[in-house]
Formats: sequence, C-alpha cells, structure tokens
Amino acid sequence: MAATITEMIFSRTCGKDVHAGDVMMVPVDGAMIHDITGPLAIRVFQQMGGKQVFDPERVIMLFDHQVPADSIPAAENQAYMRQFAREQGIHNYDLHEGVCHQVVMEKGRAGPGEIVVGTDSHTCTYGAAGAFATGIGSTDMGFVLRFGALYFRVPETIRIEVNGEFAPFVGAKDLILAITGDVGADGATYRALEFGGETIAALSMAGRMTCCNMAIEMGAKAGIVPPDALTWKYMEERRAVSPFRLMSDADAEFCEVREYDATDLVPKVAVPHNVDHVVDVTEVAGTHVDQVFIGSCTNGRYEDFLDAAEVLGDRSFSPDVRVIMIPASREEYLKVLRAGLIERFVEAGALLEAPCCGPCMGGSFGLLAPGEVSLSTSNRNFRGRQGSTGAEVYLSSPATAAASAIAGEICDPREVG
Amino acid sequence: MRVWKFGDDIDTDAIIPGRFLTIYDPDELARHVFEGTRDEFAAQAAPGDVIVAGRNFGCGSSREHAPLALKGAGIDMVIARSFARIFYRNAINTGLLPLICEEADTIEEGSEVCVDLEEGVIEATGRRCSIEPVPGFFREIADAGGLVAWARTLEEVELCTGSRS
Ligand code: SF4
Repeated sequence: MAATITEMIFSRTCGKDVHAGDVMMVPVDGAMIHDITGPLAIRVFQQMGGKQVFDPERVIMLFDHQVPADSIPAAENQAYMRQFAREQGIHNYDLHEGVCHQVVMEKGRAGPGEIVVGTDSHTCTYGAAGAFATGIGSTDMGFVLRFGALYFRVPETIRIEVNGEFAPFVGAKDLILAITGDVGADGATYRALEFGGETIAALSMAGRMTCCNMAIEMGAKAGIVPPDALTWKYMEERRAVSPFRLMSDADAEFCEVREYDATDLVPKVAVPHNVDHVVDVTEVAGTHVDQVFIGSCTNGRYEDFLDAAEVLGDRSFSPDVRVIMIPASREEYLKVLRAGLIERFVEAGALLEAPCCGPCMGGSFGLLAPGEVSLSTSNRNFRGRQGSTGAEVYLSSPATAAASAIAGEICDPREVG
Repeated sequence: MRVWKFGDDIDTDAIIPGRFLTIYDPDELARHVFEGTRDEFAAQAAPGDVIVAGRNFGCGSSREHAPLALKGAGIDMVIARSFARIFYRNAINTGLLPLICEEADTIEEGSEVCVDLEEGVIEATGRRCSIEPVPGFFREIADAGGLVAWARTLEEVELCTGSRS
C-alpha cells in the first residue's frame, strides 16, 4: 500500500506496515532535554521507578534557555541536570554549544528515517534531516528515558509543494510565514507537514530548518523534508551513514495538498499577537521598533547573518534601536566570526551575545517594557512572549530585521538593500 | 463549578510566562498563572472551577508548567472546542482532564457547569452540550491519574503494538 514518508518511517522502525491513525508504542532513536524542561523529566523518570536511562548513548542534554545561569534557581536546575548526566553517562553539551535544535542537527543527532523526541516544541526542526521529530512534555520524556519508547498516533500528512525561485531579499522565513498565515495556528493540528518541490530542493539545510522549525506554529506534530543528496552530505559530514531511499510514494494519500509559487512571494511579517496573523511587509512598514533580535533556532545560522550583513552593507543601525544578535551555536558563531561579520555588526551598533535562546522566550535577558515594540527573527509573537504583556512582537526574516534595525522602523529590505 | 471563560489560541506563554519556568511546584506556579493576561485568575480561582475556552487551547511551548500551574490553581478540567496537541498530552499525563466540546463557545463566563463524564454531557447556562469521549488509550492514563501512576505498574513496554484510532 502506498505510504507517506511519515508512515514509512514508522513502518521501518516497527518492521511492519503502519498507517496514519494507528496508535502504537514506538521505540525512539534519540531524545533531547534542556535546562527548562529537563529537571521535571528527570524527576518523572525517577518517580516511574527509573534507575538507568534506556540508552545513555541516545540521550543528550544541554542548556540554552537561561545561560549562563541568570538566577540561583536556574543555576540549581543546571547543577541538578549535570549531576544526573554524570551518574547516567548521558552526553551533556552543557552551555558550550548553543540552542538545542541547532546543536542536535549539527552534531548529527537526528538523521533520515529516525524518530527523535525532545522536551521542546520546536523539536520538529529535525525534519530538515529527514527525521520524524516531535516535541513532547516532560512527563512523556520521563517515560521515554525509562522505557526508550513512547505512544504515538501516526499522523496524516499535509503536503506543501513549493516551486519557483525566490526574488532577491525573499527566502525561507518569508515562505514559512506565508504558509503559517494560510494554514492557521491550528490548521495542521495532529498532522505532519511534508515540504517538497523545486524550491525546497534548492533550499540550503539552514532554510529547510527554518521551515520545519515553524511546523509547530500550525499545530503540526512534525515537519519533514524528504532526504536528498544535500541531506545525506550534511549527515556524512557529521557521522557514518548509508544513504537509502526515503520519500512518499507517488500515490501516497495526503489529507491535503497546498501549492505555492515562490516567484510571487514578498517579504512577510507576523504581527502581534498571533503567528498566523501574517501580512506583507509593506502593510506594516513605518512601525517604530525599539528592539530587533536576530537569532534563535528559527534564524540564528550563518546564512541568516550573511543576509543581514548584505542588507546592512557599510551602514549603521539606528541608535534608537537595541539590536541584539545571537548566533544559534558555537559552530555558527565561528562561521560568522571568521567571515568578519561580528566586527561589522559591532561597528554598526549591535550587541553580539554568546549562543543561547536569548530574548526569544523572554525568560532570560533582553525583555521588553510595556508599550515597547520588538521585531524578531524567532518563531513566536504571543502576547508577553518577550517580556511585558504590554509589549508587541513582530516576526520577520533576518533581511527584514536588518533593514528595520537600520531604519528604526519596520522596513522592506528591498528598499534598503 | 464556576466557569472561567477564555477565547481562541490561549498559548502556554499566557498560561505561565517564560520567566517563571525555573519553578516546578504546582502551588507556587499557580501564583503566576495567567500573570499579565488575566491577573485576577490566580487570586480568585477556587478549587473545582473550570476553564472553558475556544479553539487551540494550550498552543505553543511544550512546557508542562502550564497544566501544572492550572492544577495548582485548583482546576481539574479544561473544556475547549479544540486543544493543541502537546498540551492535550501533557494535560492527560499530569491528571488535568482536557474535554473537547464543539459548543464550548455557548457556555458563559461565571456560569455553573455540571459535567457528566459517563453520559458525555455538560450542562451549563441552561443547556446540555455533548463532549467528545477521551480516546481509548488516553482514557486509560487519565483513569490511572496520569502517566506516572500508569507507568509505575510497568516493568517494560511491548513495542510496536497498538490499535487504530
Ligand atoms: S530559540 Fe526560542 S524557540 Fe528556539 S528553543 Fe530557544 S526559546 Fe525555544
């Protein structure tokens, strides 16, 4: 029977034909916990009678949301997790590597055909590596740590087909914002989003990660890009792999198919306070901004900073704007550094912080006061997400963020670049 | 059971903002539940009150602090037109009952509701609305009082077994 890539992944893992709608206990290939949701997962694991995690090789931990520890309770949580990692022999990247999803990807901890879970909703990012990856809560993770498996309902798939070439200053973030606006914040609940077509094939791994990252903003359980030569090359650079064919059958059953033409796409902005409230940048151009954040698991990679640098040229950022830039990982930071961009950004007036989540979730630093407006390259603009519930958060691509940081107001990058 | 009415897309950042995520104790979390978006809730919600909401309740972050904060505030069930996936699972796992009711929008703020799980009906604001049954496996966990209680009885799990939903 014809199968979607998601059905194939579950069938491979279980060694039998599995279909959308099946509910079953499925072994997982990898599990990730971080400083916010990890301590609770560990406690649940122990409450469930856990002594030794199912397979220390398959579990990783790291700290990214509140690093370096910004309070004594945060420091205590991290100390508690470090101790657990030592006892269990779990690999702990601690605060050395960066934002969880970027780190899992670049360390090759999620690969084609694998089932990976993380105690973070944006775990769906690893679909860029051809994995079925989904975010779970701490109690589900406690169960995973104990038994190495979890109950899954195999989801139906929405296929997103994108063809055509992006215009200058338009890219993956604009595309995924446009899709989110159309599908809606709950339009893909309990479904998997499969991305395909020539535009997706031409996207870099960074761009594919940006797209899969935001699958959860439509309620999806996973986002996935079928692995191709680029995926396998990315994996080979990180660990030993043997490529195999993994893609939906031509006659696979999708619950919905949506087609996009990238050629027509313009820079997009999500306006407060819903991610699916998406407009063309021209509609909100001129809105004053107090803070611009370029970073996060959505857009904190080298090529995002390259896009920003291209818009910036030899100009400066507006002195009225606090520009906070945070490469998502040590590896990406080094690329940005070696390309000379850090010097350029600092000259232009930006604050460059070490890899971490930063202002994205308003838990650590870079919080907003009532009445302030932020433009952010991250993935959520919920009321209060980046500080005061009286503040407003807009979301955009790094190019739009850079253009706006120069102008001091939301600005179309095509006008500045 | 008094109704606290909420709209669509109530996200987990609204239920418990990011700056309180170093807290894990439900009672302490409850002091900050809906802080900034509905401040009177933490002070006035009484044990046994229910939340009635629109579509996509609990969207966003996977933070289990959200159902824990609601439980700490004395809430045992949330009735909504629909739930975000991770929140739904987290709620079942932590013993907060998520009930899907198509007509949740008709239930009024401050009204008294009566929930009959066996019959699958809610009586509120003078009318009866049906609620969707909690699907099989989730029901088992909910009946056990949450995933911890359910899992404690297990030595190991049987892989790749299951049912069609
Ligand atoms: S960067 Fe933001 S969205 Fe990504 S893991 Fe960190 S807090 Fe979550």
